[in-house]
Amino acid sequence: MQGSSRIRKSKLDYIRRNPFLYLLLAPAVILTIIFKYVPMYGAIIAFKDFNPSKGIWGSEWVGLKHFVKFLTAPNFEVIFMNTLKLSFYGLLLGFPVPVLLALMLNQLRRAGVKKNIQLVLYAPNFISVVVIVGMLFIFFSPVGPINALITSITGAPVKFMSDPDYFRTVYILSGIWQGAGWASIIYVAALANVDPELHNAATLDGANLMQRIRHIDLPTIKPVMAIVFILGAGGIMAIGFEKAFLMQTALNLPASEIIPTYVYKVGLQSGNYAYSSAVGLFNSAINVILLILVNFIVKKLNEGEGLY
Amino acid sequence: MNIKLSMSDRLIVGISNLLLGAAVLVVLVPLLYVVFASFMEPTALLNKGISFHAADWSIEGYKRILTNDAMIQGFVNAVFYSAAFAAVTVAISVFAGYPLSVDGFAGHRFFMTLFVITMFFGGGLIPTYLVVKNLGMLDTVWAVIIPGAVSVWNIILARTFFKGIPKELNEAAKVDGASDLLLFFRIILPLSKPIMFVLALYAFVGQWNSYFDAMIYLENPKLYPLQLVLRSILIQNQVAPGMIGDQLAMAEMKRLSEIIKYAAIVISSLPLLIMYPFFQKYFEKGVMVGSLK
Repeated sequence: MQGSSRIRKSKLDYIRRNPFLYLLLAPAVILTIIFKYVPMYGAIIAFKDFNPSKGIWGSEWVGLKHFVKFLTAPNFEVIFMNTLKLSFYGLLLGFPVPVLLALMLNQLRRAGVKKNIQLVLYAPNFISVVVIVGMLFIFFSPVGPINALITSITGAPVKFMSDPDYFRTVYILSGIWQGAGWASIIYVAALANVDPELHNAATLDGANLMQRIRHIDLPTIKPVMAIVFILGAGGIMAIGFEKAFLMQTALNLPASEIIPTYVYKVGLQSGNYAYSSAVGLFNSAINVILLILVNFIVKKLNEGEGLY
Repeated sequence: MNIKLSMSDRLIVGISNLLLGAAVLVVLVPLLYVVFASFMEPTALLNKGISFHAADWSIEGYKRILTNDAMIQGFVNAVFYSAAFAAVTVAISVFAGYPLSVDGFAGHRFFMTLFVITMFFGGGLIPTYLVVKNLGMLDTVWAVIIPGAVSVWNIILARTFFKGIPKELNEAAKVDGASDLLLFFRIILPLSKPIMFVLALYAFVGQWNSYFDAMIYLENPKLYPLQLVLRSILIQNQVAPGMIGDQLAMAEMKRLSEIIKYAAIVISSLPLLIMYPFFQKYFEKGVMVGSLK
């Protein structure tokens, strides 16, 4: 007891001697409390029948009513599966591309060429999601350039942007188009740190290129891959609201309605705050469970190396 | 590296280079298509596609875009929001990153935990919206700049940078009797220009390209940033009145809408695409420092 009070005393002492340091930290702490922790407290409206005039505290407690309502809603399964599929396929298809790009870039001997290729591959990362989706609507419209090509061969345009069957494909492939180059940076940098002597020695021992990639390059980037994968899987339910929302049309809703767009519509457009918060909370809970689960699996497969 | 490659190795490298070439084309062609299409005469674009006959060229799209009030207002707003957001977020991150980098800072663990928790948990869209609403920030500039200003990631980046500054510098200054305040503003801040620059770039680009907060928090079209104006032109297909005169027929409106879209994309994306190669190494630095933690 005496020990802990002494520590507390020395801490207080430290604060008294260094008030300036705490002053510097204050803006970040205050804003974090207001815009992150107060909303976490506010999320309890998911368990209440929120009435703005009574406030969060005064509103009536209804327990899991809103959660049950969502889980038994006729469209629950569709929305839930849409969210899961979009993220899962996105991770599955999107994860290997940056690794592949980095391995290929690593084979380029001329630094100038490599740099210029990287310059081009990174560029789409700097285009806004509004412009990307705008470009998708133009390029894939029934009278757009892609369909001009398709029509000249098959005679009929493909309804890429309105047919639910194409929503996920267009969403995921355009995501790879935009993000894969940028995502390869971290692997490229890790590969640049490989000692060239390692490759020389392996070659002398008769290793061919594929063997060197498998036994030198891949093990080098494996820890980074594990972290990127876990973070990607942990973000599965946190899938980008922004792009899905922009790509949504009345016709592709059967595939494009995902939990975050549903939360937005029910909450902000229909003003059903409590129900919408419950749906959002359900989504976050699944997300945290997935993060823990995937981290556990990767740790098992990766000799104990996980995110935490 | 001067490793001799066998025939089969060379074949693999050849295939790899071909694939890279294909990737470059896949990225470049759509971008170039938009740029060329934006300079086309609309009817020619519709009938012939991209053409290199001077007679098929036109700058009509740019004329419409550059004389459109909503577009200009959006551009001005975006510059302001992005600059203000960058300034606020850099200041907050650097201020918070410094104490957390000081050895023996009391409460280090408490504050780090406070920040890091918010990377994994959040109140969600509606509760956050209600806070912004209750603070009376709806439909004000503040709603775009303040709620997202604290980035834990940026604080960690700043802290990592400060940890790299030699301690002797601090100690020498302290021996000379400099106060914490003097030390921070006279020695630490001037040294941290590189990290401030990296953070500012990220913040500026992020804000420039975002539309979501503005969409949920702003009602007044006069406050709309560029991306929201673009959204109405590109996605909701609302070619703003004034961009095409009322007396013009629907057909004319349809005819022009495509090249207006192309021109809008070029005008809004070009500043960043031209700027980024000059700053590429700073952007990469941001990614790298972050991954080291």
